[in-house]
Amino acid sequence: MSDIALPFRPRGATQEHPVARVALVGAAAVFVVLFLLLPLITVFAEALKDGISAAIAAITEPDALSAIKLTLIAAGIAVPLNVTFGLSASWAISKFDFRGKSFLVTLVDLPFSVSPVVSGLVYVLIFGMQGWLGPYLRDHDIKIIFALPGIVLATMFVTFPFVARELIPLMTDQGRDEEEAATSLGASGWKTFCRVTLPNIKWGLLYGVLLCNARAMGEFGAVSVVSGHIRGQTNTMPLHVEVLYNDYQFVAAFAVASLLALLALVTLAVKTFLEWRYADEIAAVHKH
Amino acid sequence: MSLVVESVAKRFDRFPALKGVSFTAPKGCFLALLGPSGSGKTTLLRILGGLEFAESGRVKFEDIEWLALPARERRAGFVFQQYALFRHMTVAKNIAFGLEVRGRGHRPPRAEITRRVEELLSLVQLEGLGTRYPSQLSGGQRQRVALARALAIEPRMLLLDEPFGALDAKVRKELRHWLRHIHDKTGITTVFVTHDQEEAMELADLVAILNQGTIEQIGTPAEIRRAPASEFVADFIDSTADVRPNLVIATFEPRSAHA
Repeated sequence: MSDIALPFRPRGATQEHPVARVALVGAAAVFVVLFLLLPLITVFAEALKDGISAAIAAITEPDALSAIKLTLIAAGIAVPLNVTFGLSASWAISKFDFRGKSFLVTLVDLPFSVSPVVSGLVYVLIFGMQGWLGPYLRDHDIKIIFALPGIVLATMFVTFPFVARELIPLMTDQGRDEEEAATSLGASGWKTFCRVTLPNIKWGLLYGVLLCNARAMGEFGAVSVVSGHIRGQTNTMPLHVEVLYNDYQFVAAFAVASLLALLALVTLAVKTFLEWRYADEIAAVHKH
Repeated sequence: MSLVVESVAKRFDRFPALKGVSFTAPKGCFLALLGPSGSGKTTLLRILGGLEFAESGRVKFEDIEWLALPARERRAGFVFQQYALFRHMTVAKNIAFGLEVRGRGHRPPRAEITRRVEELLSLVQLEGLGTRYPSQLSGGQRQRVALARALAIEPRMLLLDEPFGALDAKVRKELRHWLRHIHDKTGITTVFVTHDQEEAMELADLVAILNQGTIEQIGTPAEIRRAPASEFVADFIDSTADVRPNLVIATFEPRSAHA
């Protein structure tokens, strides 16, 4: 085909002028380095400024350990619950027709459009001492605000959309045909879900869980409002970073911050690895 | 009379899809539901399969109150227009699905399932393709997997929605005769939906012609040709013969992602 010599090199209809191409790619590269790469490097560089032992000491002191533990517990509760809710919401929205469906879709997105500080404040207004349920909770000795339950609630609210947002377009696109086929072949609802629906969405689900988890561990605004900042008790990792930074303990602050940054990198690495490892299977599920 | 449909009606958002459809068909017959798009033929098929619910009317099949049975208990093998194969499963797993999801006690032993799958693969002439995934098959091959999967549950009734709709004209013709052959071999009461009068007339024992949610005529192809019951029937048989919609459909596939 290409062995016919042309007097000029034709440019494809969608190809830009070479100068424009270099300029666009260059602009994108500069942006990535300046706003994504550089800050990341700075975090690790600052953390290791006084040597690795200083960084390790900052991470292993009791208040830091307590913050790490609290973050893990909060994410450990919030993420599985959000996976359950997100799955049920996406299942309902994508496989059934009912009144108020578009309202539900909007509602799922709400946490994305509301400032996290507002979400935190809402819980204070409901469960706080001066809030609606405050007197009742106090009388029954239940602590929600400035305690673990409040932190979990705020985290859940903020991270709710991640799983559902990932799954709704995917499941809508896949339609109901395979579920109907499974039903007509005699499968119960539960078996249809486990053997047909779940395998078809597992990559999207996994990605949603990873994002949800990363955000759950990193959430600052909403948790900051409900936590009360009690060192060694209600400080999560992001809050602990802030406290250290405000105390001018920069190395310690960046050491803990680098743990959070590492979490982000691990999330991306796991996602990339899975996509690479199971590329064939993912392609099969998406193309068909 | 084995399949008795009595004034079955169904609406979608006030738009009537079926306006009280009644007919009877003998056991083991090969029945075509023929009509233009929007005539209600697919809705009727889906009601028989339990995937859609009738608002009124009743269906008796082999003396069973058919509509009272939930879809999963009807053992109606359904072949979907776009096949709806389980894309994450191999061909063999697809075919075995209906047997593997049976409850404890009803589920055949593993060796028996493997044997059944092999048997069905050879019935649909796909020996050796059991380990492939649906995405690695051609349209005609997928169609045959879908049929094998439906036959695996030893269906009481076989329901096919535009079984050849997404195939090109040549494969279509081959599969047509092959489907008729399988029907004659198994003797399962078969209902299939089509908008192609040539296909219906050539394949079926009985043809029901639907128009706007009602049955215009039901009879053998010879009866319908000899004495069309209405102008619509005469027109439909005539015009579709001229236009040859199968050729048009074969080149224009709106859901090309599945092709």
